[in-house]
Amino acid sequence: MLSRTADNLFWLARYMERAENMARILEAGYRLAAMGTVVGGGHTEWHSTIVAAGCEAGFYEKHAEATAEAAIDYLARDPDNPSSIISCIQTARRNGRAVRTALSADMWDAVNGSWLQARGFADEDFAPDTVRRVLDWVKERSLLFTGCVGSTMMRNDAYWFTRLGTFIERADSTARILDVKYNVLLPTYETVGGGLDYVQWTAILRAVSAGRAYHWIYRREVKPWLVAELLILKPEMPRSLAACFVEITRTLDLLAGAYGRQGEAHRLAGQIHARLRFTRIDDIFQVGLHEFLTEFIDSNVRLGHEVSKQYLT
Amino acid sequence: MTAAFDEMGTEGVVRAPYRTIGDWLATTPPEVFAHKRREAEILFRRIGITFAVYGEGGDPERLIPFDIVPRVLGAGEWDFLARGLEQRARALNAFIHDVYNDRDILRAGKVPEALVLQNESYLPIMQGFSVPGRVYTHIAGIDVVRVTENEFYVLEDNCRTPSGVSYMLEGREVMMRLFPDLFARHRVQPVSRYPEALLETLLSVAPPACKGDPVAVLLTPGPYNSAYYEHSFLADEMGVELVEGPDLFVDDDIVYMRTTQGPKRVDVVYRRIDDSFLDPEAFRPDSALGVPGLMNAYRAGTVTLANAVGAGIADDKAVYIHVPEMVRFYLGEEPILKNVPTWSCAKADERAYVLEHLAELVVKDVHGSGGYGMLVGPHATKAECAAFADKIKAAPDRYIAQPTLALSTCPTFVEQGVAPRHVDLRPFVLVGRDKVTIVPGGLTRVALRDGSLVVNSSQGGGTKDTWVLEG
Repeated sequence: MLSRTADNLFWLARYMERAENMARILEAGYRLAAMGTVVGGGHTEWHSTIVAAGCEAGFYEKHAEATAEAAIDYLARDPDNPSSIISCIQTARRNGRAVRTALSADMWDAVNGSWLQARGFADEDFAPDTVRRVLDWVKERSLLFTGCVGSTMMRNDAYWFTRLGTFIERADSTARILDVKYNVLLPTYETVGGGLDYVQWTAILRAVSAGRAYHWIYRREVKPWLVAELLILKPEMPRSLAACFVEITRTLDLLAGAYGRQGEAHRLAGQIHARLRFTRIDDIFQVGLHEFLTEFIDSNVRLGHEVSKQYLT
Repeated sequence: MTAAFDEMGTEGVVRAPYRTIGDWLATTPPEVFAHKRREAEILFRRIGITFAVYGEGGDPERLIPFDIVPRVLGAGEWDFLARGLEQRARALNAFIHDVYNDRDILRAGKVPEALVLQNESYLPIMQGFSVPGRVYTHIAGIDVVRVTENEFYVLEDNCRTPSGVSYMLEGREVMMRLFPDLFARHRVQPVSRYPEALLETLLSVAPPACKGDPVAVLLTPGPYNSAYYEHSFLADEMGVELVEGPDLFVDDDIVYMRTTQGPKRVDVVYRRIDDSFLDPEAFRPDSALGVPGLMNAYRAGTVTLANAVGAGIADDKAVYIHVPEMVRFYLGEEPILKNVPTWSCAKADERAYVLEHLAELVVKDVHGSGGYGMLVGPHATKAECAAFADKIKAAPDRYIAQPTLALSTCPTFVEQGVAPRHVDLRPFVLVGRDKVTIVPGGLTRVALRDGSLVVNSSQGGGTKDTWVLEG
């Protein structure tokens, strides 16, 4: 297939996934802000949400302070923010429109329909007390999209590039959501492992729809290292880094089989995957969770570049 | 101006092809039409057929209005038209080949030499080089208007990259979904074979260098082009890659596309990019849409471009005047379809006539298209006529004039209910190595404003499904 087509499919999937993840990150922000903790004279929850979304630089160019209104506006719909939910949907649709011939009719309807509906939103839909409806809607649209990919796309290279986009993006965002916690300061009177800490970790779990999964697997109260283990190392948790890399390596293998050759992307993906399979959570906390996640995000970005170099240009 | 010919008939006398449509219009309540029209709009919106208007701003994803009352042609009417269209397309192709090679028609004095050789659309790069099958305009959109029961005129020939065929195809799809009963009561000739016929046409002109199965692609300027929907639709229906300039490259005079598995050779390019943007090394150096080196590959005979570079010389509005002569000269036949009488402002005596009769004439910029830069005399104010007269005097070569034809009307669903509106027809003529194919029908454009004669979608025109009945 055309390299550009593969590239558009890859980014179509990435941006649909990113829209969903922005919604999830905003939701985590909500839950954290709902705790209403004041640290050093101000809230840090919305600041940490902005940081987790990877939007710190752009945000503070426009806004002096991370209020709920400003954060929601910037992450949900600001056209100047290429990763805002509305921008993501627009970019996804633009990529989809460029490769309509490679999409199933249902996929196109899912993408185009999202864009058409997004155009219909009014200012009041993004107010702090109503935006949750938009966030739910975004998750629904993204789930519809991935559902269409799974149920209507032919199982050929077009499908594989789409899936690569979804999982590389999802791995990135799970790592970022987990890192939100690093940036939310605990008030000095609160202890690590204390009541507030517990609530914050629960918020993270909920943001990635992992609350129930946690209780099924661990059957005990929420512990930070177990949350981290679930979201990093457990392949049975569908948004975990390990699960994403099971999909990524499998998909790259299918491509190598069909095309008869492997490249740097295969080596790098295998290396990252191996690390996720054979590292223990204790080791990660030893290095520092934040440091581990930062390094993971970097190598995942590198993987994106390698996939692009190998196939998409 | 006399009353226009109505294709359904007048005052209780319904013409044969419209018998069933007449009943249907008379017995269907207006709310049903209004409801069906909304449904049609939703369907078009969902399909994603939109049309951006050059330089107008506004919603870039605007829909062209679709009218749900079909335009109907009887089998006999169509056969006549089809014969005329095929004849015309053959003559146009022979003309283009001739002016880039032996120039017989110029030497015979049938077409003024300067009009061709000094024309902006005449591209010297095409001289002394023959394209596969001598086909230059593989896809011709020949715009036809009807004036009476038996009189059809060709308004213009579009020999470069005519668009609109996707509206013909999707319009039919939508109509079949909305009105299955109405189709059941007619025998309408299908149009759905068009993409297959197009592919067959393209593959038939593969270059001699091509061994084995030829690979065709559709080259588009990209998603920002107003006809992008059509490009992707046709590529999809034909099962060929939809490529943009950067997807192709030329190595050693051979054209390749970049794929996930490395370079793949391309034999036929159905290009929907204008000549001047095709190859920055041969034409506009600032073109980012084209493929550097494409013209060298073309001239080396390793790739076929459809339509051919330089085909625009045949659809120049001043060259148009001579098409009937081309039919006689190359085919030795009398033209089946008439030309609209045309005055050339380049000629002093004709210019004088035009300036004197501006209020009755339609004046067109020979380099214009899409209904831009034209004057419809009977609908213009005195001041508009005066301003246009100045333009003509300043650059007489740029303008031609034609009588204001009373374009035929068809019943159309508008605000006030069903009312006659003026229409034209763009059939699509496919010219391959050994045969000409015309899918029965075409794109009917309708001027939705009462009395308006301008059917261009950029000027508020709409489209209709065009039915050709079985004989």
